[in-house]
Amino acid sequence: MLAEGADACKLFRSLPLGKVLKDGLVAYAQNGEAIRPSQGYPLRLIVPGYEGNTNIKWLRQLKVVDQPYMAKDETSKYTDLMPDGRARQFTFDMDAKSVITHPSGGRKLVGPGFYEIRGLAWTGRGRIEKVEVSVDGGVTWKAAQLQEPRLALAFTRFRMPWKWDGSEVQIMSRATDESGYLQPSREELTEARGLNSNYHYNGTKVWRIAADGEVHSV
Amino acid sequence: MYKSAVLIVLATGLAMAQSPKYKVGKPATAGDIAQRDHFVSPDGKGLPAGKGTAAEGKSVYERRCATCHGAEGQGKEEAALVGGKGTLTTPKPLKTVGSYWPYSTTLFDYINRAMPFDNPGLLTHDHVYAVSALILYWNGIIGEHDVMDASTLAKVKMPNRDGFVADDRPDTGKRIKAKH
Repeated sequence: MLAEGADACKLFRSLPLGKVLKDGLVAYAQNGEAIRPSQGYPLRLIVPGYEGNTNIKWLRQLKVVDQPYMAKDETSKYTDLMPDGRARQFTFDMDAKSVITHPSGGRKLVGPGFYEIRGLAWTGRGRIEKVEVSVDGGVTWKAAQLQEPRLALAFTRFRMPWKWDGSEVQIMSRATDESGYLQPSREELTEARGLNSNYHYNGTKVWRIAADGEVHSV
Repeated sequence: MYKSAVLIVLATGLAMAQSPKYKVGKPATAGDIAQRDHFVSPDGKGLPAGKGTAAEGKSVYERRCATCHGAEGQGKEEAALVGGKGTLTTPKPLKTVGSYWPYSTTLFDYINRAMPFDNPGLLTHDHVYAVSALILYWNGIIGEHDVMDASTLAKVKMPNRDGFVADDRPDTGKRIKAKH
């Protein structure tokens, strides 16, 4: 199926009909009000679990056709160049990802003591089953508590109590989804894909907390 | 029985109230649909009547395209249309129509729907065929006087046509169950 927006370039994508019929939504409202112009008013296609570019804003046309139409945004863009010079195409599914939102970059811990580590996890392949947190730079991991309900193709919140002793540390999280897929480290990801594959980055996000409490991106 | 009937009436009433609340939508006429249906498939379905050559495309390009894409398609950062051959395995790949794009029909479709940047829809179909021909010519894919039209354009084989593979992820972490 082709889905086209009403922006100046009339952006469109070719989408598998089965996925659209199974999970797709045509959204006209959110939280009791019409969706906002920047979010695609009056209509936006939502394809849960797929890369964001497929959620066509300002939706003005859906057309069922017999093949992918090889739109500019699914050939020259949104394809993932691999080390051998070939590119993966139609990489729709979002691999499992998680990120610690507190503490996170730009914040400052007031001093040693108790903190609740909090964050979000998501996956394009079903539900989040587990999120682990490391507070020693990835040497050891402990399972975080997941907030219910855990719904397929939706954000899952996680949290873990933590006592900071005031020394410099690196904290990070990694998610496992119901397909059994474990979120990789940045090194594992670049080992598999090289550095030219830019549209899907789901490596672990590491925050460095300095002795003065300032939180920096690593 | 009585309760069920009431519930159905209420549900119907709610459904009908939604459209006035958000003021979304009106029936599309056959004319609306025809006017919007300009998709071009990789095998050439949807290509309109018209034709053009690289030689004819030069004057249109100079007036409508060169400001952003450079005098000969070399681009200014993002907007390069030519070059880049042999760069896809390097740390700085240059993805252009010549080095990367798998289908010539995408060129017509995109110029027709989105260009020129400041006034999409301005170009006639002849102009779009001619500018498409010019970009293919600059990339060494067709000749300067080769005519591009609804039958010839889709037959152009792009250099990187076979450069794309299906999604074979997951490629990291534990490989477990089959993909859905």
